[in-house]
Amino acid sequence: MKISLGPILYYWQREMLLEFYQQMAGLPLDAIYLGETVCSKRRALRTADWIDLARHLAVGGRQIILSTLTLIEAESELSVLARLCGNGELLVEANDMAAVRLLAEKRLPFVAGPAINLYNAGSLHYLQQRGLVRWVPPVELPGATLAAILREAAELGFADQIEVEVFSFGHLPLACSARCFTARARNLPKDECGFVCLDYPDGLPLYTQEDRRFLTLNGIQTQSGNVLNLLPAWREMQSLGVNCLRLSPQSQHMAEIVRGFHAALRAGQGAPPDLTPFMDAPACDGYWYGEAGMTRQSPAGSAA
Amino acid sequence: MELVAPAGNLPSLKAAADNGADAVYIGLRNETNARHFPGLNFTEENIAKAAYYAHVVGTRVFLALNTYPQPQGLARWRRAVDIAAEAGLDAVIVADIGLMEYARTRYPQLALHLSVQASATNRQALAFYRQEFGIRRAVLPRVLSLAQVKQLAGNAGVDLEVFGFGSLCIMAEGRCQLSSYATGKSPNTYGACSPAHAVRWEQGRDGLDVRLNGVLIDRIHGHEPAGYPVVCKGRFRVGDSVYHALEEPTSLNTLELLPELARAGIQAIKLEGRQRNPAYVAQITRIWRNALDVLAAEPDGFAVRGEWMAALDAVSEGARTTLGAYHRPWQ
Repeated sequence: MKISLGPILYYWQREMLLEFYQQMAGLPLDAIYLGETVCSKRRALRTADWIDLARHLAVGGRQIILSTLTLIEAESELSVLARLCGNGELLVEANDMAAVRLLAEKRLPFVAGPAINLYNAGSLHYLQQRGLVRWVPPVELPGATLAAILREAAELGFADQIEVEVFSFGHLPLACSARCFTARARNLPKDECGFVCLDYPDGLPLYTQEDRRFLTLNGIQTQSGNVLNLLPAWREMQSLGVNCLRLSPQSQHMAEIVRGFHAALRAGQGAPPDLTPFMDAPACDGYWYGEAGMTRQSPAGSAA
Repeated sequence: MELVAPAGNLPSLKAAADNGADAVYIGLRNETNARHFPGLNFTEENIAKAAYYAHVVGTRVFLALNTYPQPQGLARWRRAVDIAAEAGLDAVIVADIGLMEYARTRYPQLALHLSVQASATNRQALAFYRQEFGIRRAVLPRVLSLAQVKQLAGNAGVDLEVFGFGSLCIMAEGRCQLSSYATGKSPNTYGACSPAHAVRWEQGRDGLDVRLNGVLIDRIHGHEPAGYPVVCKGRFRVGDSVYHALEEPTSLNTLELLPELARAGIQAIKLEGRQRNPAYVAQITRIWRNALDVLAAEPDGFAVRGEWMAALDAVSEGARTTLGAYHRPWQ
């Protein structure tokens, strides 16, 4: 079982980004996803900078993948996408069908990110024949459904030709919009947002009127309020054929999270370490068990 | 421009056809479409009746198959494609790649429309579906601005249909899992946002509490209007403020944009509301038919009539309408 670091979903200053990746470079991560997937106005690093950073981080057999924008509307966004897809050396994660088309046209292998709607083996097979080599299922996909899809993939004879990576830790990306909810919270129009996302390195918490943490605002993206932790389910995932666990970056304690996952995977047996002290909100894991995503289903003491 | 009206049952289909819809879109009574509500939609037998009635009066019929099949239910989605082909329907509105492949292979003559749930928001994504599956039309997500719609219309390579009126999704359609985060059921997998069984209305000390699977998503005070409870239109606390943190409960109404949409080359206007009653369908279809006829007669002198707006506002959710993302000053 491998461990990957997903793309940073928040807007961090350039120095903070570089410092973060310097720290991550020394950790047991098999793959690192780089790039802006949420908002094209975030430009702490330019496209060329991301590619440079990728070369710098690609040492010791570690794979670096360039991740791409999820909601693509403008021509300017398509041209950035074309540059990323045409980088010539690094694997690319597609988060929109525009990326799938550009990569398939060049006959390049690609990762289908969690924003690509793949819910069955037939659709997965279709994209596999067009170059998909790794699949990150939608975050709402239950483990039992994933198991059924992978069984069918085996029957269709392509299960061994794809890797499966499951979004396993962090605030879940749930929705994206043309509107910016962080700018709205600050009473700013989106086109004059003043880059206020920089003030919220882990997103802006949203509570119900009963003060229950419910969601996290991250610009045009809405995330879960709770923090997904699927570490307790890793052996089950392995038995289904999952190859990689994705950890989504947070500004604090990321190194402890990576080490916690690594230690549990290496130990192979026993209760996983308690990651609660390193989480900024309660744990959840309901999606994996076919329940509401916000709920926690794994027994107390193991999900934490 | 063609007028595409919603129908949740046979009386609504007749109301749409009789009031001037060029086409109606319908769904089967199961999770193969995104209005999977109790008591709504068509049985297999009704589909044949619907097609017969509509075709006699010259109205085309599209079948919405706009959710994503999962392994356990795949046969139902494929059967739905078979039903559409056997009943001689004019198109299926699809979102899933595997289902498009099935339809294209089995029924090459059956027209495929790309559902809004496939969330194609740019020309490259549209080109993918056109090249791979020969889609003839795409329904555009409601996140695009008018400028972006116009630009797409110039180089889409397929016919474009845009939403004109009705409930407004503020998230990119097909890319929103807020409902399943709270309830376990989402539009993509189950065909419903905020499924009715998860909704509770409770009189509390501070107002009428609206709960979704136990989560307080709004609190209604006094005579405030209350629409169907969905997460994106609830009131929450961010920092010290309690407000509609994602969006106000408004509806979409783009009547005043009609001349620009027509000039841009948009082929069809879609009205939302398969869950509404036949009287509603009759009313909105009549008004939009009238507006499109006026536009066709005098393309340069088109002006929105006060009585149209008043009648549409009266039936809108939250009794307030907006231009949605079409009116967006940036980009």
